[in-house]
Amino acid sequence: MSENDPSLDVLNESRRSAGFPSPADDYLELKLDLNSLLIKHREATFFLRVEGDSMIGAGIHSGDLIIVDRAVQAQHKKVIVAVLDGELLIRRLSLQGSDVSLVAENCEYPAIIVSESTAFEIWGTVTNVIHEL
Amino acid sequence: MVEAERFALIDCNNFYVSCERLFNPKLEGRPVVVLSNNDGCVVSRSSEAKDLGVKMGVPLFKITELVKQKSIVTLSSNYALYGDLSERIMSILRSFSPSQEIYSIDECFLDFSGVNDRVAHGRLIRQSIKQQVGVPVCVGIAATKTLAKLANATAKKRTECGGVFDISALSQSERLDLFAAAPVGDVWGIGRKLVERLENIGIRTVKDFHDSDLEKMKELFSVVVERSVRELRGQSCLSMTEIAPVRKQILSSRSFGTYVYELSDLEQAVATYMATAALKLRTDESLAGALQVFIKTNRFAAPEDLYSQTATVTLKTPTDDSIQLVKAAITALRQIYKKGYAYQKAGVSLLDLSSINERQLSLFQSEASVSRSVKIMKLMDATNSTMGRGTLYLAAEGQNHSWQIKSNFKSPEYTTSWKELPIAHAK
Repeated sequence: MSENDPSLDVLNESRRSAGFPSPADDYLELKLDLNSLLIKHREATFFLRVEGDSMIGAGIHSGDLIIVDRAVQAQHKKVIVAVLDGELLIRRLSLQGSDVSLVAENCEYPAIIVSESTAFEIWGTVTNVIHEL
Repeated sequence: MVEAERFALIDCNNFYVSCERLFNPKLEGRPVVVLSNNDGCVVSRSSEAKDLGVKMGVPLFKITELVKQKSIVTLSSNYALYGDLSERIMSILRSFSPSQEIYSIDECFLDFSGVNDRVAHGRLIRQSIKQQVGVPVCVGIAATKTLAKLANATAKKRTECGGVFDISALSQSERLDLFAAAPVGDVWGIGRKLVERLENIGIRTVKDFHDSDLEKMKELFSVVVERSVRELRGQSCLSMTEIAPVRKQILSSRSFGTYVYELSDLEQAVATYMATAALKLRTDESLAGALQVFIKTNRFAAPEDLYSQTATVTLKTPTDDSIQLVKAAITALRQIYKKGYAYQKAGVSLLDLSSINERQLSLFQSEASVSRSVKIMKLMDATNSTMGRGTLYLAAEGQNHSWQIKSNFKSPEYTTSWKELPIAHAK
């Protein structure tokens, strides 16, 4: 179909009045949806509640809601949720060579060095924090 | 050239227990069982519980001693959690095949015809579900659905095959060895009563059954049994679209002829599907302990027009009463309905099915109210079968009701309630 097609003029009011396709046309009907902003993989995304203050330096407070995406591969320096000693733990992941440690963002909490014998597993990557003011 | 048909059966391992472990890692490595509605019977067991000899379906009161002795963790069923994780898993699985048939809350068939490296595809599925939803699954692959089911059981038993087993990759003699080692009761659809009758005529293993005479099977039993033998021999008799007799759940859903926008229209549809499902439930002489309602838009719609949601309701008492079931379904529908979407499909499913003989009266239900509801349902079914379906129907109405049941060991609704989110410890 060419731009001269008369049926297009009938169908598209804004295109006719501008004489030029507006880039805004594509977004005319869109409402902003927080889900689409915060959730990249619907099936793999979970919400968790933070309890404790070891991540305060990263702006993650006790009572905050975190969004965890299990489809995102955990990487060095990313904030993750780990399974440690039968609990879900939020920490910053540090990978140096073959050394794995879980670093807090609060000097009162020492880093946890993950040894071969530690029952440890990465549960998911934290993508966002929702903090109520 | 006609492509050879291949089916994959994906089945979650100890599904309910696996769901519980995802948010409560302390349960890992311990014997865990999940109980049916009202904490009646064992409906899911961890491998540790199986190893202790806990049988599927055993009433809790019969194993109290063992539970105490071995510190078995007993949990009430949490259908909101299982339903939510099931929906996520099925949605991911849908992306692995052009055709999917959801068979129950924790298993589905995928069309694997045309897949080149089937085992690799199976491994990818397994890995994806484990990573994204955290639930372990096994994949069985074969030329027929019956064989795929057997392949899945083999995948679970043989740890060396890494959770994926393709029967169609075996030679004929390897296949027969496998059949010879399995009891005939392992065949899909061959229940306890049939096993007894088959054993009486000397059919004990899957191999005996495979080698049996087709005519004789049809004559002595039924075409269904004969079909099972054909399927074992690699002749596909059950296609993907065919609705298989589901006993773990009853599903009733349909795509609409035109798009549906209004809540009232959806309510009517959901009430109708639920009435159909409830009739099936009563025909089976079963009761449902929970139900699910789902609505979805066309899945090929633009992202901003996409909406799909499932709600799960646990019933106060297991029931086969259309009135109660329809009310619960409508309540659930109202919670998930969002205005402004063009809905293409809706459906209901009945879960936590139990035999009517095991009906347990809840504290809140009198014997009289049970027998009254039985009378109404009998009258309704009889009228509808003589006068045509839909002669007597329920005026679907919703109500606000808190569906409370006896569930003393229930875990939080981790994924469906803002108030019960899992805790990430910052310590």
